[in-house]
Amino acid sequence: MGSFVRHTLTYPSYMKFFLVLVPCIITVLIMFRNQYDNDICTWSPQGRIHQIEYALEAVKQGSAAVGLRSKTHAILLVLKRSSGDLSSYQKKIIKIDDHIGIAIAGLTSDARVLSNFMRTQAMHSKMLYNRPLPVYRIVSAIGDKAQANTQHYGGRPYGVGLLIVGYDEKGPHLYEFAPSGNFFEYYAMSIGARSQSAKTYLEKHYELFADATLDELVRHGLHALRDTLQQDKEIDTQNCTVGVVGEDQKFETIEGDRLQRYLDLLDGGDTGQGGETVESMDTE
Amino acid sequence: MDSFLPVQVSWTPQTAASGSDFYPYTNNAGTVAGISGGDFCVMAADTRQSFGVGYLINTRYQPKMFKLSNGSVLGTSGFYADGLTLIKRINQRLEWYKHAHDKEMSTPALAQLLSITLYSKRFFPYYARVLLGGLDLEGHGVVYGYDSIGSYEPCLARATGSGGSLIQPFLDNQIYRKTPLGILQAPHTLDQVKAVMRDSFTSATERDIQTGDYLELFIITAQGVDVEKYDLRKD
Amino acid sequence: MDRFSGNFDRFSDLFNPYDSNPTNANHAIGDFTKCTRKPLVMGSTVLGLEYQDGVMIAADTLGSWGQLARYRNESRIYPVGNFTVLGAAGDMSDFQHTKHMLDSLMIKEYYTNDDHVLSTPHIYEYLSRVLYHRRSKLDPLWNTYVVGGYNNGERFLGYVDLLGTTYQSSIVATGLGAYFAQPILRNAVEGREGILTEAEAIEILNTCMKILFYRECKTLNRIQRAKVTADGVEISEPYALPTEWSFGEGIRGFGTQTQ
Repeated sequence: MGSFVRHTLTYPSYMKFFLVLVPCIITVLIMFRNQYDNDICTWSPQGRIHQIEYALEAVKQGSAAVGLRSKTHAILLVLKRSSGDLSSYQKKIIKIDDHIGIAIAGLTSDARVLSNFMRTQAMHSKMLYNRPLPVYRIVSAIGDKAQANTQHYGGRPYGVGLLIVGYDEKGPHLYEFAPSGNFFEYYAMSIGARSQSAKTYLEKHYELFADATLDELVRHGLHALRDTLQQDKEIDTQNCTVGVVGEDQKFETIEGDRLQRYLDLLDGGDTGQGGETVESMDTE
Repeated sequence: MDSFLPVQVSWTPQTAASGSDFYPYTNNAGTVAGISGGDFCVMAADTRQSFGVGYLINTRYQPKMFKLSNGSVLGTSGFYADGLTLIKRINQRLEWYKHAHDKEMSTPALAQLLSITLYSKRFFPYYARVLLGGLDLEGHGVVYGYDSIGSYEPCLARATGSGGSLIQPFLDNQIYRKTPLGILQAPHTLDQVKAVMRDSFTSATERDIQTGDYLELFIITAQGVDVEKYDLRKD
Repeated sequence: MDRFSGNFDRFSDLFNPYDSNPTNANHAIGDFTKCTRKPLVMGSTVLGLEYQDGVMIAADTLGSWGQLARYRNESRIYPVGNFTVLGAAGDMSDFQHTKHMLDSLMIKEYYTNDDHVLSTPHIYEYLSRVLYHRRSKLDPLWNTYVVGGYNNGERFLGYVDLLGTTYQSSIVATGLGAYFAQPILRNAVEGREGILTEAEAIEILNTCMKILFYRECKTLNRIQRAKVTADGVEISEPYALPTEWSFGEGIRGFGTQTQ
């Protein structure tokens, strides 16, 4: 019937130490870990869903994006990152349709899925109604999609936040979309890393935006974006992209050398004043 | 009149009487022509839309040529609803292409796309006689002629639609220079080609009741697409 | 299929290869899935024109069942939203289906609650896509529609039929109207859209509808008009067009006169 060979496992004596220690560590971890953040469909006793909050944190890992609008235009400005000197910069503004564009902060791959969905929606509207999709509709559509991801076991929320700008029959719009499925319309908004600094700038100056020209709007946007930079960094034609949409202006991105003209509008300070176009709006 | 249509083979009165008395096609006709030159391409179409065989003019101005990109123009005649649907489909494919590649599709690639799009409905074809004109990768003018199920070839000059059989021989003579003396190659300037086009449509309008009203010329050069509009007979 | 405009809504006794006369015993029983390929209650001409204040369309109120003038108060004009009006020729049950469909669409738009309203060109595109889709399924909505509207100071008048064929024009006529009324409309309207007054537009449509009543057996002289202007859609109550038949007295072979 064959013979059995017994293998004797031998291990160094110090392994005994681990055999005791490892269960101890696990026990301690279990004692202190958060018991309510393992999946998306578990509430914490405080009424929070931790997985959603973690997803919101993912947005803050992405570099900053700023959006603002006037009566005629809505624009996006983003700070691009590269993983090193050998790498190109990661694209952060995506065109959805001639009248809609988005800026992303967070997981780029999730953003690509969402933007493809948005493009499909926009084309559907053009095919069926010959109508550029109203901006609200496209934002609420991804809002619904994101919400569904927060309610089903085994899923995960999107790990990306969006700023959506668009121009439709009701004028220019700016929306923020979050992985929670929440979306709000804004005069001006920023998301991503250190976006609070940009928000501070925008909150201080937003009353000027409504009547601003496109140049002024871009300058304000660049100022806000610059405030999100680390100490030793500066925005330039390589690490920044601007997206513009407006009255009689299809969505387009401005980057590279074409951006220089706008960067020249910036002055040294962060007051929002200065530059040659400022004269007329010095009313604050 | 349109014995060409493959579906008509399976669409006999017998099958129609036993099941359906609905025929899903009509011919709104009209003529499309294209001539390519060294660094330009001229596409032309009339703008009349007719009500099938009813001797009726639906409207005198319903353009059937569409600019697809800065370097290509698509003209359709035949069943207008199919032509329009085809255009919308192609346009959306082009939009995806642009999203993916951040540039416009080249005319030769577009020609292939158009072919497979037509063939994708091989057994319920788009009853559209289409012509694609534009500039190729080297910037030379090119015209692609099609049948309704996707066979295509590049050519110097092509006419299709209800007045196509009237215009094509004229283009063979004027552009291909096929004469009793043999084939004479002659250079064509843009002005010469435009004049040939206008003469072609004027003559076709004389003899074809479904062609007329207005002539639209789309002139494609490296600078982009220019549109010119001329009068044709309205009777 | 015989949808040559003149016969499009008629059941010819002499030539009817597809057995489309509803009075035939075999009709409308049997294969129910194909019933929309054989229209039953039919409406006839719809006319539309552009004038200085907007667009105006007209249709009579007859729903014919074969040669029988079956329903004499069938409204074939219907508002869609505040600035769009739909006129229908062809099968009346398919028209009712379309009305229901468009109502649902407009309600869905409304409860989105973002102030966006489908304007006439959008409704027209939607309708034409639906009709083209149904023809592609070989299950057509057996109608010819005239879509009129006025949005942001722009007039819109479009045509779409059961095959999905579309065109926009400043005058539109369906059915036999394409033969009898279209030339009159072209003469009276084309080139004068911007200066034609409402009274003139009404007069033109009344004249055309009267001629159609004289010439086409499946027409009534009881008609409805609708106008779409900056103030919205206004559809008239049905009213009768005065007609004159006394000239027939002197014509041999007319009416009761046999000699």
